[in-house]
Amino acid sequence: MTAAIQVNAVEKSFGNVQIIRDLNLNVAKGERHAIIGPNGAGKSTTFNLISGHIKPTSGEIRLNGEVTSGLRPFEINRRGLSRSFQVTNVFARMTVWENVRCAVLWATGHRYAFWKNVDNLPEVRQRTAQILDDIHLSHRRDVPAGLLTYAEQRELEIGITIAGGASVIMLDEPTAGMSHAETERAVALIRRLTEGRTLVIVEHDMSVVFGLADRISVLVYGHIIASGTPEEIRGNPKVKEAYLGEEVD
Amino acid sequence: MTNAPTPSLAAAKQEPGSALGFYGVWLLAAIALIVLPLIFSSGGSLTSFCLIGIAIIFALSYNILLGQTGLLSFGHAVQYGLGGFLAVHVMNAVASHNWPIPLPVIPLVGGIGGMAFALLVGWVMTKRAGTVFAMISLGIGELVASSSLILRSVFGGESGITTDRTSLMPMFGWTFGPQIQVYYLIAFWVLVSAIAMYALTRTPLGRICNAVRDNPERVEFIGYDPHVVRYLAYMFAGFFAGIAGGLTAINFEIANSAYLGATQSGLVLFSAFIGGTAYFFGPILGAILVTYLQLGLTSVTSVWQLYFGVIFIGIVMFAPGGIAGILMKHRPLIRAGTLGTVIPSYLVAAIPTLAFALGIILTIETVARFSGGDVINLLGIPFVATAPTTWAAAAVLVVGGFLVARITWRRVAEAWDRAATVARDRGYLA
Repeated sequence: MTAAIQVNAVEKSFGNVQIIRDLNLNVAKGERHAIIGPNGAGKSTTFNLISGHIKPTSGEIRLNGEVTSGLRPFEINRRGLSRSFQVTNVFARMTVWENVRCAVLWATGHRYAFWKNVDNLPEVRQRTAQILDDIHLSHRRDVPAGLLTYAEQRELEIGITIAGGASVIMLDEPTAGMSHAETERAVALIRRLTEGRTLVIVEHDMSVVFGLADRISVLVYGHIIASGTPEEIRGNPKVKEAYLGEEVD
Repeated sequence: MTNAPTPSLAAAKQEPGSALGFYGVWLLAAIALIVLPLIFSSGGSLTSFCLIGIAIIFALSYNILLGQTGLLSFGHAVQYGLGGFLAVHVMNAVASHNWPIPLPVIPLVGGIGGMAFALLVGWVMTKRAGTVFAMISLGIGELVASSSLILRSVFGGESGITTDRTSLMPMFGWTFGPQIQVYYLIAFWVLVSAIAMYALTRTPLGRICNAVRDNPERVEFIGYDPHVVRYLAYMFAGFFAGIAGGLTAINFEIANSAYLGATQSGLVLFSAFIGGTAYFFGPILGAILVTYLQLGLTSVTSVWQLYFGVIFIGIVMFAPGGIAGILMKHRPLIRAGTLGTVIPSYLVAAIPTLAFALGIILTIETVARFSGGDVINLLGIPFVATAPTTWAAAAVLVVGGFLVARITWRRVAEAWDRAATVARDRGYLA
């Protein structure tokens, strides 16, 4: 069985500065995989590389066996990978409903259609309503996304990410800046919505990571120093030394 | 906290039941367009209506770029003008070959011309939005406008290319010689174009245009190429601009280099912005106002362009949403029934604001007519530009008006806050 995501010997330099060194990562289909690491380790860069936001200097990235390194983000998205952003990245002047609907349109095959009335597409409407229901924002459907509370915007961010029905979901610090109660809600949401899909998540909150992930990879200075189950990572002396320290017990 | 009962925004919801209201608006517009020349039947007003109609199509086409897709173009007149030129050439060809093509089809030719040019240059232009697009559009605008003076065989040089709209085959006995027949031709195209452009905003492409306007980066991660979206929007804008150009060619029976120039491009930006780009109907209001002012002011003052500049600066600074933005701001208050509490403060504020505006007008006219010119006639009161009493009056109006207006507008803001709070409590405002 081919892996959902395969990163083979990827390097990324910005000028003379090498951010990612010999990055190797394997995410199996259906797995919940967390990437952790200290600040500046290159977690977001890794996300940007896999999702096509930036191109690797060398190396190869595969999505479901197909080489995607060098493709544009929308091409990778059409092949079944969707990501969220650490900083909320929604369509601020459009309503919550429209935000999610836009994310549904390509996946339902409507593409650049200018001959169809967008309000008369039952499949689009059903799917949008379903997702709004899933992310608990149905009661806010007509509010411009820019006017939502922070936690609501984070939920919408997840909603937009999953709306297209991608098989691989990548979430970049989905609970950043949330209160404890909000984090719990968000984790439950993520667990439910990514059921049966592959999930890659970057997260700082260790309780979220160890509660959610099947496997964990530890990234330090642009290189993955360990990859394994939560128990393996907990017991790994290299990880303890490099990163986790007292945080895990 | 998101579980807290939030008053539903029932008012803003778009239900299929509103279809009746939707068709009702267009039906009313159609009736208005038919009846208008019967009420105002003088030749002058008929000419004005024709110009306003064309300006509406042009401004709406511009808003496909600016308001819908977030593309600021400084060269939209290129598509308009080229549409006009192609229309003239085709009209002349049709007339000389006696082809059975009636005049009402010609605006479509203009549209195809505008679209063809957009197709040609658009892919390179729309690679980036923002400053890059704005600069390239300015460059293309200048390029085409200056070429039009050089390539005489196509553009006819300074004098342009003339045509005769009555030389095409008549349709239903109409020769389109009389202005009233041209008016109905334009009115037909205004209605068709406006409906088509509104419909475009309700399509998947139209919605994604908005998404590209708001956040092109994110669009790439929901499967869309923002470059393609911008390119398609640019072609549609070019198509409808070309229709407006074709109608202008029919209306004046000429196409010349002025159609393509920066002035024309500036005017359409001005119309769309003053009207308000955030709402579909905004540019319609802007086109009506700007065309009306253009026609009205030129006969009253020699420095009418100066007033355009002042109005533009005023809108940009105090009402960036344009006229439509101002109007729509009141909608939740009307729905909540609290508009009445704001109106008295408006009336109070109107007096010093008017005084201030009159002071500005008096100042501008004094400067403009200081070294010779007619006596200034302000609300029937004559002012001599060289008289110190005029200067004093202008100064008192400007300074006094400004100071008092500031206080009264603060009152307006307070009344607004109270009314908006009530509207929010009643669930009509997010």
